[in-house]
Amino acid sequence: MSEKKFITGNEAIVLGTLEGGAEMFFGYPITPATEILEGWIRTASEDINLQYLQAEDEIASGFATLGAILAGKKAFTATAGVGHVLMQDPISMAENERLPFVGIIAQRGGPSTGTVIYSQQEVNLAALGGNGDGLRIVYSASNIAEAYELSAKIFSTAWKYNFPTFLLTDGYLGKQKITTEFSKPLRPYPARKILREDVDKPTHIRNCYGSEPEFSKVLERNISDYKLLITKVAESENYKTSGAKDIILAHGSVASAAKSAIDDLRSDGIKAGLVRPITLRPLDTAQIRSQIRKADRVFVMESAFEQFARLLVYMIPELAGKMVKVFKPAVGFTPEEIYKIVKDHR
Amino acid sequence: MKTPNEQFAMPQCLNSKSKPSLFCPGCGESIILKHLGNVVDSENIQSKTTLVIDIGCTLLSWNYFNFDIIQSHHGRSVPVSVGYKMARGSRVVIALMGDGGAYAIGLQSLLHAAFRNDPILAIVINNTEYSMTGGQMAPTTVPNEVTTTSPLGKNASIFGPAFHGPELVRQIANSKAFIARASVGNPTLMDSIITKAIENQQKNNSFSMVEILSICPTNWKTDAAESFEFLAKLEKIYPVGEVKKTLDKKSEDI
Repeated sequence: MSEKKFITGNEAIVLGTLEGGAEMFFGYPITPATEILEGWIRTASEDINLQYLQAEDEIASGFATLGAILAGKKAFTATAGVGHVLMQDPISMAENERLPFVGIIAQRGGPSTGTVIYSQQEVNLAALGGNGDGLRIVYSASNIAEAYELSAKIFSTAWKYNFPTFLLTDGYLGKQKITTEFSKPLRPYPARKILREDVDKPTHIRNCYGSEPEFSKVLERNISDYKLLITKVAESENYKTSGAKDIILAHGSVASAAKSAIDDLRSDGIKAGLVRPITLRPLDTAQIRSQIRKADRVFVMESAFEQFARLLVYMIPELAGKMVKVFKPAVGFTPEEIYKIVKDHR
Repeated sequence: MKTPNEQFAMPQCLNSKSKPSLFCPGCGESIILKHLGNVVDSENIQSKTTLVIDIGCTLLSWNYFNFDIIQSHHGRSVPVSVGYKMARGSRVVIALMGDGGAYAIGLQSLLHAAFRNDPILAIVINNTEYSMTGGQMAPTTVPNEVTTTSPLGKNASIFGPAFHGPELVRQIANSKAFIARASVGNPTLMDSIITKAIENQQKNNSFSMVEILSICPTNWKTDAAESFEFLAKLEKIYPVGEVKKTLDKKSEDI
């Protein structure tokens, strides 16, 4: 089932979160995520079952999100850039206490205030931030229809596996308005009360432990839970990879541009293809590995310096030997330049 | 009148499995927790209470009671409480923090919760220093007080005088907010203030804040008599009782 809508990316994200069962939103204005805050408030103003708070900062919006989650509500936040930095405080509590935190990260240029619309520079922070080992789940949306679907899906993933779950977008994706086809997302995984309100069996949750061996057991259990979810959660898309000697590895908006470039390369007789991780953490390592095995060159393209590439090379070390690095920190890619980069390397 | 046995009995809502106590000998926080438990018992709200605790010595209370307790981060027990209360309006939600959590790292959230009149109770333990980390200067450290980070005594002209949290919060809090200061030196008054604060949340759906002056013999390096001597000095600097509005107008009318 699908329907067509003329809609912006950030509007689609709000609709997606509703499909995922979202009930509460906490946020603070920051470009390019602000329209998610505004859109949610507009929607909640007409629906008494939906709640929101524009908090005093991202730290408070993140922790209030956790408060609502503890009460069994599908709550979430949306942020970007330096707000995403502040958000690491609540996210690390979520990682420690295994709370299903959900965040939309609309990437903008950094470090610092940087630029306000576009980058792919928040991959490191989203995937590996916090002061622990970065046990999180991170999706990256490459177009508006997918942003809608993933905005619903992140709630199910978070509540099913109890790890903080994020959707990476950017301002190009969030602010563009296009007519696109939306398919109905899957039925959402239910929420449940985490603080159970039972005096006979009270819920006591801490994040501070008295000894290293005691805490180590907690971390080992978390890591082992995370390892078990990898094959269930990791996703990627292959685009025209059959027989491809030139493979582009890209995610998000860059992958969208790469698809257009690949169409042109193929029509000019160049066997190029795209492997696009939908989850950046965990990575769909087996699938990526099998797709790049027969390629002569693998172009890793990202609007950042070595962030996505580092995640890839750590998981797939053999990639390093045939990797062509194409890094454009905080700057977008056009299909024309991707076409030229691939062609010139032959 | 309570018999001595009743007076010294531990609260019924206390989790006996949390013993032996994690607190230092003579710690004021265990006195505060006992009295908080007594109020929970006497108000008959054990089955509807949720406690959110901060970092610092308050984190030691993570399993102290037989009701839900969630440990948050330093200065973040207030926003966690705000989000939880929005989702579960019928619960009695209490945030427990120290003076560093409330008035330094978490002040922004405390002020805004009071400003919005979020219906939670913030209990702030003021022992004039950061205790868990070994007795550093806090905003509440009084002039000339020696701490590990004010070894020559707090120089008020550089670091500011004694920080009056409830008086500050009162300035921007909603007129329905109940804001008071208590002391472990006066347990009867502490009980009645905590009771009023909880009733204000339940009956008026409004914000409450109670600062409780407390003792820290370990970091103050004081014996029992000296601890209460210093507490008496603090009660002169930080007057106990309800903190009344000093502005003429209600904040919400300005």
